[in-house]
Amino acid sequence: MTEKSDNTKIRSVKRMKEIMTAYYIDAKTAGQNGKKVAWITSGGPVEPLIAMDVIPVYPENHSAMIGSTKMAIDLCEKAEAMGYSRDICSYARADIACATVNGGPIGGLPRPDFLVCCNNICGTVMKWYEVQARYFNVPLFIFDTPFIHTDFSQEARTYVVKQMEEYFIFLEEQCGKKFDRDKLKDVVKKSVEAQRLWKEVLATTKHNPAPMSAFDAFFHLGLIVTLRGTETVNDYYTELRDEMNERIQNGIGIIQEQKYRLLWDNLPLWYKTKWLSDTFASHNACLVADTYTSAWSFVIDMIDLDKPVESLAMAYSNVYINISIDRMYENLSTMITEWKADGLVLHSNRSCKPYSFGQYDTARRVSDEFGIPTLMLEADMLDGRLFNESQAQTRIDAFIELIRQRKGE
Amino acid sequence: MKELEVFRKIAANPFGYAGEIKKSGKKIIGTFCSYAPEEIITAAGAVPFRIFGTNETITRADAHIQAYCCSLVRGGLEDALSGRLGFIDGTVFPHTCDSIQRLSDIWRLNGKFNFHFDVIMPVKLNTQSARTYMCDVLEKFRRELQESLGVEITEDKLKASISMHNRLRENLNKLYDIRMTNPGLISGSDIHSVIKAVMVMDRTDAAVATGTLVAHLENPKQGSLKAKRIFLSGGACIHPDIYSIIEESGGVVVGDELCTGTRYFEGKVSENGDPVKSIADRFCDRLVCPAKYFSNTARGDELLDGVKKTGSDGVIFFYLKFCDPHSFDYPYMAEYMKKADIPNMLLEIEDSSGSEGQLRTRIETFISTL
Ligand code: SF4
Ligand code: SF4
Repeated sequence: MTEKSDNTKIRSVKRMKEIMTAYYIDAKTAGQNGKKVAWITSGGPVEPLIAMDVIPVYPENHSAMIGSTKMAIDLCEKAEAMGYSRDICSYARADIACATVNGGPIGGLPRPDFLVCCNNICGTVMKWYEVQARYFNVPLFIFDTPFIHTDFSQEARTYVVKQMEEYFIFLEEQCGKKFDRDKLKDVVKKSVEAQRLWKEVLATTKHNPAPMSAFDAFFHLGLIVTLRGTETVNDYYTELRDEMNERIQNGIGIIQEQKYRLLWDNLPLWYKTKWLSDTFASHNACLVADTYTSAWSFVIDMIDLDKPVESLAMAYSNVYINISIDRMYENLSTMITEWKADGLVLHSNRSCKPYSFGQYDTARRVSDEFGIPTLMLEADMLDGRLFNESQAQTRIDAFIELIRQRKGE
Repeated sequence: MKELEVFRKIAANPFGYAGEIKKSGKKIIGTFCSYAPEEIITAAGAVPFRIFGTNETITRADAHIQAYCCSLVRGGLEDALSGRLGFIDGTVFPHTCDSIQRLSDIWRLNGKFNFHFDVIMPVKLNTQSARTYMCDVLEKFRRELQESLGVEITEDKLKASISMHNRLRENLNKLYDIRMTNPGLISGSDIHSVIKAVMVMDRTDAAVATGTLVAHLENPKQGSLKAKRIFLSGGACIHPDIYSIIEESGGVVVGDELCTGTRYFEGKVSENGDPVKSIADRFCDRLVCPAKYFSNTARGDELLDGVKKTGSDGVIFFYLKFCDPHSFDYPYMAEYMKKADIPNMLLEIEDSSGSEGQLRTRIETFISTL
């Protein structure tokens, strides 16, 4: 048993926690230090904010923390009492309620000076940010990224590039200073580097045994979401990557005896990560990769440092969930091949309709084209009331059994 | 009233009607949502056919989309997969909510229709660049439609179509005005039938038929009705029974801001200047949909205006279950009403078959408090 707990210890976790704590302290004391705070969506163009010395704050990351600390149901219920339907995104519900009571693990987020909402992940964020714009009575900038069903039109390109310029003007107004394009270039460079490093970290799990799992990736994702574009992130991911490579060299896997390699689709169940990882580990199965944490690195190649404005606008428009299910499938199928997946677990996430609708077709296509078993887990990323543990257990057992049979065991 | 017969008949059997149209050799383009650029479709010589979603049990759609999805999307998909929409040549999906966005993918991959059009409109409508983009997207749709249907959508055809659609919209506006000033003249279910029928009819025929109806109703034949005046706020109202329930409970609907109501016909397309630009302008200026952005309070303000204009005593928010855009707006719009001392209630319905008994009790209770 002692051996096992050593296996699952990743040194860098401590450092990550320190960075996140320092970041939130900075954000919460921004006002005292004469700095502005902007709330921004997880897929939003953050580089211009960093170039303007604005502290970006991510309600989605905060909601995930609320989920991991099991404080979500209480906040969701508060939102429902405020009139919000139980059927809307639980991140939004948790955040909307949290703002009114300064609840959650860190006593609420710092008040925003303005909001930046990019709808490249969903239409939900726009509604959510409207709510917060009314509540805090602050300006809201919407970065509107036309969805990509089959192609991204020339017309759409013109529109997003134009908006990037509008975004800079908005920031100049909010910050009362000129937008610094040279600085932006520098930040974008660091951001691309962060995404490259993150991709390298994630790629380490192609090894057998995998030095970390998707559950670890969910945790370490925090920095690429919140602080990409800063030096801290790049130092951190370098360290993390080196630690993973060291584990690979020493043959240390994240689970005791890894036999099966699984992929995960959609957001995690923040309140159940430990239970899920233990349950899979008890079957010698490791979730080696997932579409969610990889989403941040699918578009790095689109960024051209000589044309930061245009290419940033394009990269943000092309992110993983702003594309059709057949395009998402292309990414997924590359992952299945590269990570040599034995099975695919899809979290049908009640909160996140744009991520979940289409999964049934995707699952069918995966089993047709790859012949690997798939498992659909009906749940929610925060709202534990929608998760049935014993039913999930039974289904996971059956799923692993299928994988075994397929491998002739 | 014989002027209503045509609408009642089509509303009761839209698929049968579409079959007739098809026989006449016209192409039929299925549409979702009130942002479908109908003027362009009409100018192409095709008939825009609004899909409402089936009343029948869902059997096929469940294999493609989760149950936590509104009945419009699930029911529409069911109709497509069951072949009931076989008369459709293609479908146009204006970009609106997350559910419709994914439905478009699933539809394109499983639907087996000849044509598929995604009209990926801007989500915000309040900037010049968004307006320009709206216009660009509509131009793009015009080009795609021309190519797919092998027709030329000339400037003249577009202009003729715009003016015809304006006439139709004017008639519907008049019909609503008549109801507002004299709610006893025509029942809520009949108004609903008219709208529902218009949305699938050959629009030229619809413009004529609504004109006849309005002319008939405009004859001053006063019916006086003592009832509580109700305003409906919400999305696609596919539940006609709500009107009779309201009427039997001592109320009467005098106005709405439904996608299958005012949002569909409000606003006029300018008949001067570039036709596509004019269509784009109307989309940016008319009653905003909750899946689009005009300002933080546009919808609350518009609702308040509507309620005041119609002299409504109360508001019923009427949503399909699992509809995110409307659900997000509900708390603030209800708060708006509260501040203005306007009683309101929320009805969320799963599908058009809904449990009528419960609905009736809730509506009766609400109206009795007005
Ligand atoms: S979980 Fe999904 S619906 Fe909610 S904010 Fe994220 S992308 Fe949007
Ligand atoms: S009812 Fe709501 S969820 Fe359904 S299609 Fe309309 S806007 Fe979307």
